[in-house]
Amino acid sequence: MSATLPGSYLTQGYTLGSWLATRDHKRIGILYAIAVTLFFFLGGAAATLIRLELATPAGDLVSADTYNKLFTVHGVVMVWFFLIPSIPATLGNFLVPLMIGAREVAFPRLNILSWYIYVLGGLFTVAMLVEGGVDTGWTFYTPFSTMFSNTHVIAAAAGVFIVGFSSILTGLNFIVTVHRMRAPGMTWFRLPLFVWALYATSLILVLATPVLAMTLTLMALERVLHIGIFDPALGGDPLLFQHLFWFYSHPAVYIMVLPAMGVVSEIITCFARKRIFGYRFMAYAILGIAAFGFLVWGHHMFVSGQSVYAGMVFSMLSFMVAVPSAIKVFNWTATLYKGSIVFSAPMLYALGFVGLFTIGGMTGLYLATLAVDVHLTDTYFVVAHFHYIMVGGAVMAYLGGIHYWWPKITGRLYSEAWGRVAALVIFFGFNLTFFPQYLLGYLGMPRRYHEYAPDLQLLNVLSSGGASILAVGYLLPLAYLGWSLFKGPPAGRNPWHAKGLEWTTSSPPPPENFREVPVVTEAPYAYDPEEPVR
Amino acid sequence: MSAAPSPVPAAIPADIPWRRETDSLGMWIFLATEAMFFGVLFLAYAHARIADPAGFGVASRLTHAWLGTTNTAILLTSSLTMALAVRNGWAGRRRSVIALLWATAALGAAFIAVKGVEYALEWRDGLVPVLRFTYAGSHAQAVERFFFLYFAMTGVHAVHLSIGVALVAWLAVRDRDPSHPVRRRETAECLGLYWHFVDAVWIFLYPLIYLVELWR
Amino acid sequence: MNERAGWVLPAASEAAQRVDRIFFVLLAVTSVVAIAIAVVIVVFCIRYRRSARADRSNAPAGKPWLEYTWTAAPMAIFLGFFAWGAVVYAGFYGHADGAMPIFVVGKQWMWRVEHPDGRREIDELHVPLGQKVRLVFATEDVIHSFYVPAFRMKQDAVPGRYTEVTLTPTRLGTYEMHCTEYCGTDHARMGGRVIVMRPEDFARWLAEGGRRSSMAARGFAAFRRLGCSGCHDPRSTVHAPDLTGLYGRTVHLQDGRTVVADDAYIRDSILLPKRDVVAGFDPVMPSFQGQASEEDILDLIAYLKSTGGREP
Repeated sequence: MSATLPGSYLTQGYTLGSWLATRDHKRIGILYAIAVTLFFFLGGAAATLIRLELATPAGDLVSADTYNKLFTVHGVVMVWFFLIPSIPATLGNFLVPLMIGAREVAFPRLNILSWYIYVLGGLFTVAMLVEGGVDTGWTFYTPFSTMFSNTHVIAAAAGVFIVGFSSILTGLNFIVTVHRMRAPGMTWFRLPLFVWALYATSLILVLATPVLAMTLTLMALERVLHIGIFDPALGGDPLLFQHLFWFYSHPAVYIMVLPAMGVVSEIITCFARKRIFGYRFMAYAILGIAAFGFLVWGHHMFVSGQSVYAGMVFSMLSFMVAVPSAIKVFNWTATLYKGSIVFSAPMLYALGFVGLFTIGGMTGLYLATLAVDVHLTDTYFVVAHFHYIMVGGAVMAYLGGIHYWWPKITGRLYSEAWGRVAALVIFFGFNLTFFPQYLLGYLGMPRRYHEYAPDLQLLNVLSSGGASILAVGYLLPLAYLGWSLFKGPPAGRNPWHAKGLEWTTSSPPPPENFREVPVVTEAPYAYDPEEPVR
Repeated sequence: MSAAPSPVPAAIPADIPWRRETDSLGMWIFLATEAMFFGVLFLAYAHARIADPAGFGVASRLTHAWLGTTNTAILLTSSLTMALAVRNGWAGRRRSVIALLWATAALGAAFIAVKGVEYALEWRDGLVPVLRFTYAGSHAQAVERFFFLYFAMTGVHAVHLSIGVALVAWLAVRDRDPSHPVRRRETAECLGLYWHFVDAVWIFLYPLIYLVELWR
Repeated sequence: MNERAGWVLPAASEAAQRVDRIFFVLLAVTSVVAIAIAVVIVVFCIRYRRSARADRSNAPAGKPWLEYTWTAAPMAIFLGFFAWGAVVYAGFYGHADGAMPIFVVGKQWMWRVEHPDGRREIDELHVPLGQKVRLVFATEDVIHSFYVPAFRMKQDAVPGRYTEVTLTPTRLGTYEMHCTEYCGTDHARMGGRVIVMRPEDFARWLAEGGRRSSMAARGFAAFRRLGCSGCHDPRSTVHAPDLTGLYGRTVHLQDGRTVVADDAYIRDSILLPKRDVVAGFDPVMPSFQGQASEEDILDLIAYLKSTGGREP
């Protein structure tokens, strides 16, 4: 690797052991990146089979039981082994200390421990899949999961339980790091929004994940011991499980989307060469989303038998949580005003995020509306809604971030042409896959169905066709980013001429990040659109 | 935490007060996760109790309130000895620190022993759900749910306490070596936070388990 | 089936029309806003692309009045949609006076429907046009959900309780019905049809199918078959509460609480008898879990209602 600077974190030992025993947050970020990428393609394989099955109305590709296992695997793997760790544990681990001017995270040993815990949870899950899988859906609703499923429910719950501790340790590390290790002059309101986003995400990680851990434990105990916490025949309540589950799983979606929003703020400011519009509003919006996100879980339960009044409270709060998200979209748009815009690959991903997140977020309003949700819940409308946010949003932002910081992380430049092509292929494939699903949902196609009414086939075929294009789009970066590791030109310290402390050090950075402790004197994103770029 | 950030240490740890506050913050956040973890069990308890309050009263009267009260006294005293150990540690009185740490560990171990006795009595009385549950009086279902939650909550608590006892004992052993005194004091302080949290959980558990309709 | 024509889903109930109104207003508003944002982004991207010579002086870093405006305006619009949705939603539940009850029991992987006069159906539900109907849901095993897209109506059937909705069909025809809460292997096959008939046709259909007992009559038979009358008959030697006219009455329990004898209370008394023991009686009633099916319990409730009482 001739382009790698001598004395960078990549040259500090080439053995496998030096990587597996590392305490360097940058190496840990890369370890996570490799792991989450593997799980992304595992979850993607399940999605491929799902969309292949759904290309025809009859359930003729796989058996019903197999299909049920496929959507369960897809959900479990994508949520817990890809989306939740993706940005925080890869880009977050790599960049947070760099962005605040620190040399390390607060607890480096906890950091590498969190990766090992992730791998252990992953191995449990893969073993469970090999043994025959699980068919409860990623939501593990009782009493199906506790009393009726004949699959490896407990092993699946164990895998998720274990990987939850990885999340908790990552969150704990970030909170303490941001509080305690900022460089001189780096006040809270000089922090990049990516750091704000990860800080808020970390608050959710540490407070919500333990609830999931205990809920899955109770579910597993009930399955083994038939206690009666969730079983009405023994005096229990199936809705208690739903409340406990969604108390975690709704904030979990903000774990997935807040870091993505942070990435988008970094990219748009750089490639519009402008300060972010309304920095403080953006920071407060991030905190507002995290806080309100804890109060809306009952919107998953409007037809569950929960009280009508509870439904009203959750509906109102769900509308409120949409407000800070709307503010962010408006502010990103306003940031483009009087900017000097370049349509690099990261910028295409970021702009794609803004558009797709807007659509996904708007459809959330339909679901927050009580009377309308009665029709749309548990249909493909919901599936389309959350994929617009998770895939059109979070995955696009993740890819955008990978491209944006690729030169910093690897010291190499990737091919911009291929980067743009991939972004456009993904954007097009994504919309073709998921937009028809809104129509399917309104027309009454339930989710988790491997058969459907024949007159809905056209929309399903469009969706499956889109999925094949999307698959190509996701494979392209593997190819050209991988190629750049060997043949890409050296990146130099700051190929994008970006602001931010991470760009003041070499690419790739030295092991201790900065040769001297940086001192911060200016506001973040001190871009000037009128200044020539040099 | 001060408004101005502290300078980044060149090699961690070099700046002792900085390290102390950082580790302390880490422990507080960890305790927050533990609170959320236990919180689910408290919620399940609340749900089950609201479903059958009389049943929970019946069940609670079947517990051994004297043993529970004794345990509460033991654990509160252990929090005192732990707090004194931490304070004396910062004041430099090393010998008393070791004694106090051992006292804390011993009291914690005593708690677990009493709990073991209690569990054995509950086994004898046939109050262990699923494994040996022979109670057939009124509100039998609620009683069984109560005892499931009892074993779950006190069991998880006992696991946390055992880990605490082991760590306190380890610290007491390490404290005999006079080198690196400051790092040990920080460790003791963090451990003290953990110990007090485990105590606080018990303070909530105690009335919920032993004092429901005690005088009926 | 007169289901979708192209991409139009028929609106076959009163609720459907109200829901569609909200849906399409939402569609209009969100489309306008989304398109507006898209247009602004595209315009900015073209006007301010790097190679374009545009006025970039005094680029603003924030305008608080603008921020407050685009915080308050969405909030107001959202509150409007919230209120509208909440009001229509509230109309789906309760309001059961004058409604004809129909009982729907889900089980893996079929729906069994029982009309009060005793007519039973499997995977089909016949309802009369223009008549308010109160659907009461129960399940034998896991959570299911009864969904009729043309009615824009969906309700989970939850084990251990009854859930219900009221609706009024407004269009003749045959419509899809699906189970829409994942319930295991054949979840995707657990569907059927809802048939809306003219009231005269519906009455004729009800009368068809040969002699059969009403739910209340079946309940009376179950009351004897399961042995309830052994203790609850006034002439029995066992001291058990008299259930005549119980429905809707206030009941005083042993621990001092009072409850109203509604459907859920009767069901719990049959399946979990030790929980709410009536004051002055011993907890000697056995549970009928596993012996009384969901339909048996619904029939028993209908029988008890027929002995007198009032709406709870």
